[in-house]
Amino acid sequence: MNPVLEKTWSDPPGFLGWFAAVNHKTIAKRYIVTAFGFFVAAGLLAALMRLQLARADNDLVSNDLYNQLFTVHGTAMMFLFAVPVMEAMGVYLVPLMVGARSIAFPRMNAFSYYVYLFGGLMLFGGMLLGIGADTGWFSYPPLAGPEHSPGKRVDFWAQMITFTELAGLLVAIEIIATVFKLRAPGMTLGRMPLFVWAMLVTSFMILFAMPAVMLASSMLVMDRLVGTHFFNPAEGGDPVLWQHLFWYFAHPEVYFIFIPALGFMSMIIATFARREVYGYPAMVLSLILTGFLGFGLWVHHMFAAHLPELGKSFFTAASMLIAVPTAIQVYCWIATLWTGRIVFTTSLLFTLAFFFILVIGGMTGLMVASVPLDLQLHDTYFVVAHLHYVLIGGAVFPLFGAWYYWFPKITGRMMGEKLGRWNFWLFFVGFNVAFWPMHHLGVQGMPRRVYTYPAEMGWEDLNRLSTLGALMIAASVLLFVINVVKSRKPAPANPWNAATLEWATASPPPAYNFDRIPIVRGRYPLWSSDPVPQPEPTHVTGLAEMTREALATSVVDAIPDHRPAFPNPSPWPFLGAVAVTALFIGTIFTPWAALWGMVPVAVAITMWFWPSRKETLEHLAVEKRPSERLDA
Amino acid sequence: MKLLDVSGLPSYRNGHHSLMWWGTMGLIAIEGTVFALAIASYFFLRSQSNDWPMGAAPPDLFWGTLNLAILLASIWPNHWTKKAGEDGDERRIRIGLVVCILFGLALLGIRVYEFAALNVAWHDNAYGSIVWVLLGLHTVHLLTDVYDTIVLAAVFFFAKPIEGKRHVDVAENGLYWYFVVYAWIPVYAVVYLVPRLPS
Repeated sequence: MNPVLEKTWSDPPGFLGWFAAVNHKTIAKRYIVTAFGFFVAAGLLAALMRLQLARADNDLVSNDLYNQLFTVHGTAMMFLFAVPVMEAMGVYLVPLMVGARSIAFPRMNAFSYYVYLFGGLMLFGGMLLGIGADTGWFSYPPLAGPEHSPGKRVDFWAQMITFTELAGLLVAIEIIATVFKLRAPGMTLGRMPLFVWAMLVTSFMILFAMPAVMLASSMLVMDRLVGTHFFNPAEGGDPVLWQHLFWYFAHPEVYFIFIPALGFMSMIIATFARREVYGYPAMVLSLILTGFLGFGLWVHHMFAAHLPELGKSFFTAASMLIAVPTAIQVYCWIATLWTGRIVFTTSLLFTLAFFFILVIGGMTGLMVASVPLDLQLHDTYFVVAHLHYVLIGGAVFPLFGAWYYWFPKITGRMMGEKLGRWNFWLFFVGFNVAFWPMHHLGVQGMPRRVYTYPAEMGWEDLNRLSTLGALMIAASVLLFVINVVKSRKPAPANPWNAATLEWATASPPPAYNFDRIPIVRGRYPLWSSDPVPQPEPTHVTGLAEMTREALATSVVDAIPDHRPAFPNPSPWPFLGAVAVTALFIGTIFTPWAALWGMVPVAVAITMWFWPSRKETLEHLAVEKRPSERLDA
Repeated sequence: MKLLDVSGLPSYRNGHHSLMWWGTMGLIAIEGTVFALAIASYFFLRSQSNDWPMGAAPPDLFWGTLNLAILLASIWPNHWTKKAGEDGDERRIRIGLVVCILFGLALLGIRVYEFAALNVAWHDNAYGSIVWVLLGLHTVHLLTDVYDTIVLAAVFFFAKPIEGKRHVDVAENGLYWYFVVYAWIPVYAVVYLVPRLPS
């Protein structure tokens, strides 16, 4: 522990200090806790839906409330839980894994968190006020247009989308800059941990996909509020435009969720197989290939819309093709496990569940990727089963594995393994009991998004089974919470004997992450037993300690390059997010809010940027200007 | 423990060495995607219609073309200011930023006339909606970058002493302005020239 560095990099104390925090670990913890809160809230909505469907002709909830339940459930799970929680894990872990003092643009990171928080509260707030969105998580016009959805429901939904996607885009920029510029010396691109690769690929996908949904949600709001006609066929618009823009984003979105989970898998499997992941170059290339192919699939969500046949064939082929890079990774993990010495922890169990559940989800994916079958199964419970097998198997199970794995690092406490087993098995069994019957229901023709069904359809038994599974999942998540609350045993720096840099520092890490920035010689720095050759340095010295100074290195080879000064804590990112929220909510009620709402936003952003004299003097005291030679 | 001393390294560097360059490029990637998708939406709507521009005359060329000329001319003061930022010459930075602001204000003033010359309102039909959004998107970029330049100039006039990383901010602000200029070329072509093509 270095008290000078700790003082320099700490967030300010006290209640007001809470709003000025910029440390990436502080913000990431808030992100993770908030995302988990939205996960539980959206999960409870799902439980309510399952209770409604447990009996035929049930009237536990009304048709209208049911529409809100599935809309808010889907929207919250995708936009407020799955994507943000993956980015949040990246915000916490990437700077530690690359040996950095901080994430790049820490104030922007804080801003993104509050924008996300307020956007999420808006969605649930709308529901509590009885004006919850009710047009499904992809809100197709004309249903979501002004004619068929009057009132403010869809406006809240669309502005919430714009909000949370803004937050997601900002985090993507931070992660790319951190990965490219703040890696410890010696950590070449070819030595980066696979999770860092996964977050890098994900962040690039986000840059090029998320703008589509922001554009689409803005168009929808304009159609609803100022009378544009993007999706109105009577005036030359086209609802299919919405489908293109939405799925151009939302198919890659599955990969924003899935690729970080692949990164978790590679980290956890290496540690608990006690060996390096087999086939690192193949793993990296598969991640990158998945990132590209993910953009070529969006039309397979639209097979039921009127589209050219050739286009459908192309998207079928692309959808089949993306199984290849995923399969390569699965085979590499199997090879790793096969040749390793496996340690069965709860974390690894959650990770191994991926193989079973995701593979089933992948198989049904191949089925719905073919146009004729898709037309049969479209909008039935088969699709609900498929997407939950992919998303929960492909992302939520690895995420729980990641939580068990990194919990000691983040909190400095160990979770219970025994309770962990109960948590896992209840989740695993409950999941399959809940979602397997939906395949059958879908094939039998039960449509999704119906609030009830008549008894003579014969769907009651399978639905009741599914509800039972859903309750098991709920119990399992409760066990997880208990396990978190009960954890007391202090965690050592490296409880799993893992190999990457986040385990080289204390649990929880100090504000400044590393006493001295390490110099990296391999892909698994903590496992290297070879002594460092004598004249070679092992750590970095010479960074200022009285002010926030980091080490920037070159993009490919991570050669030390310069010593950027990082900003101090500031309340302005928080106030800026408040101003942005006021603008967004204001525009729902009057388009003029887009004008006057800009004023507080501009003030907050200006104050955020405006240099503090004290901070400038601190920086100037250690500043060294670049010499001509360096710039050449 | 043998240590690598990095205290001799500079505190900031220009171009792709700097974090600010990566941040700016990230924004450019995002906003370039928005422009590309908005243009794609324009052509999608056009492909669904037999009548383009829908029930309206094409936009008048004068103001948009004038803005194109001024935007292209603004490359020169922008380049000069960017160079001053890279050299860390604060006197030239102040002059350059003021000239850039004047260009930006002129562009924004003319932009008002451009909206008036579109010959269609956003609520007339889908064609009107998409050309207003295209022009509006670009206007938002003009507005934010001009405001950004004003704040940056204010820092250089009123918030002394200046630390070196602000010079990098000037250079990266110049990089962003290039994006605003180059984005206008396809947007101009779509808004003003495509409606003149035989449909």
